[in-house]
Amino acid sequence: MTMLNEGQQVDLLMNMGPQHPSTHGVFRMLLRVDGEVIVDAEPHIGYLHRGSEKLAEGEQYHQVVTLFDRMDYISNFNNEWVFCRAVEKLMGAEVPERAEYIRVILGELNRIASHLLFLGTFGLDAGAMTPVMFAFRGRERIQALFEGVSGARMMHNYVHVGGVKEDVPPNFKEMMAELLADLREDVEECDRLLSFNEVFVARSKDIGAIDLDTAIDYGWTGPCLRACGMEYDVRRAEPYSIYDRFEFNVPVGRDGDCWDRYFVRVLEMYESLRIIDQALEGMPEGEVNSVGGRLVRPPKGDVYVRAENPRGEIGVYLVSDGTDKPYRVKVRPPSFCNLSALRLLVKDSYIADAVVILGSLDIVLGEVDR
Amino acid sequence: MNRRAARGRAEPEPVDEMAALSPEGRRILDVVAEAVGDRKVETGAVLDRPRISVDAEDIADVCSALKTNPDTAFKTLLCIAAVDYKEYIQIVYLLHSSKEEQTLAIKTDLPYENPSLPTITNVWRAADWYEREAHDLFGVEFEGHPDLAPLLLYEGFEGHPGLKEFPFHEYEEY
Repeated sequence: MTMLNEGQQVDLLMNMGPQHPSTHGVFRMLLRVDGEVIVDAEPHIGYLHRGSEKLAEGEQYHQVVTLFDRMDYISNFNNEWVFCRAVEKLMGAEVPERAEYIRVILGELNRIASHLLFLGTFGLDAGAMTPVMFAFRGRERIQALFEGVSGARMMHNYVHVGGVKEDVPPNFKEMMAELLADLREDVEECDRLLSFNEVFVARSKDIGAIDLDTAIDYGWTGPCLRACGMEYDVRRAEPYSIYDRFEFNVPVGRDGDCWDRYFVRVLEMYESLRIIDQALEGMPEGEVNSVGGRLVRPPKGDVYVRAENPRGEIGVYLVSDGTDKPYRVKVRPPSFCNLSALRLLVKDSYIADAVVILGSLDIVLGEVDR
Repeated sequence: MNRRAARGRAEPEPVDEMAALSPEGRRILDVVAEAVGDRKVETGAVLDRPRISVDAEDIADVCSALKTNPDTAFKTLLCIAAVDYKEYIQIVYLLHSSKEEQTLAIKTDLPYENPSLPTITNVWRAADWYEREAHDLFGVEFEGHPDLAPLLLYEGFEGHPGLKEFPFHEYEEY
């Protein structure tokens, strides 16, 4: 053991994770600290790497949907949806109107569920123990509806190529009306409870700020990018499905700090509620799947589709060789890119703030590692 | 569309790669070809999105030209995908320009044995982790990358699980 001379300083290496309550999954950060200040940080990922992309090459198209469920396991519908869109686009298959509306409603509900989970856990990261209870109550209501529709709380396997698996239950509209009344209250309650709480604002405002150019350089998308002041939403810029029919705003932040990233998501929940209202109103009757069978063989070729997930822009690059299994599936995971900037963000911040910064990125390790 | 065709069982028609590309996409291809200058570029499409193919050694120059040129302004790197075609490995770069609202694919082919090409980490920092991932899973060497340490795999993992030759599906289903 080397003895230090008086006044001499060394940096301390500190390990955070992979089993740590505030890393939101199995994520490890190696921190080089000087006192309480982080000098350097090295993120380690891959603990949840299951080789989903490679696994997909051995499964038929309808089986791959289940793998997409397990990537971003907080917003399953959105993930199933984007893969099915890739296959449909390659096949040139049309999706029935009713199925599109069902997809939008469930996708937006999933966005709210995901943001509620974020709100609760982000509050925990910043030391607020109460909001998570309220947020989870709201999320649980949404999960109950998902169970009513697809039979599963998570891992739904409900969106199929050509539409959805089966029609929604006959009392869907009543279920939705009941849910929305409660949900609107839940969102408002969480918002009032946390957003302008003085302690919370002190913990998150001006923490982990990033400027727009750097954010773009790191490939940031979604709420994290919008918090930096760029009004960019794939639903608006390149409307897919039937998003061009709905009126909604794209909330934008100003400073690109943790609080902005938080508040953009809160505002997004209100916008999602607006979209759901409009979609419920316009939902027609009719078929829900145009392809019918499970076995699909898209023609030879490749395709890239983009979609706005709760965490940012997800992309699927799909190569088909004309058989019933994909030749290659490559996912562009939004949290993967957002997380890659962590090293820059936590540099020169306190350890306690690093927890808040990581929480504000809202990562899902299932998607980062695939 | 009838069900038969939707299921993809219809006879494959002769493929015209550019058929689905919009006029806007064709225009972008012209602008891109101009921005890239005198480097060898082949144009095409990824279904409805513009696509160019370049030589592997030109990739860093092409990317930085497309990023800095104000006419193209492909400021975002969306994704780097490696595809194993057994005889060769293809790297697909997906770039996005919010000015033109276009997504451009850049493809480049590498030999199967010892695939390597210049890094683009100095053009986009987003490329860092994508290149490490491609190095992990496909064994692609990115010359000039600051640190190609394993990202998704653990230290000391043997082989490249992304490649088609890597055994992965050899299990019995009961």
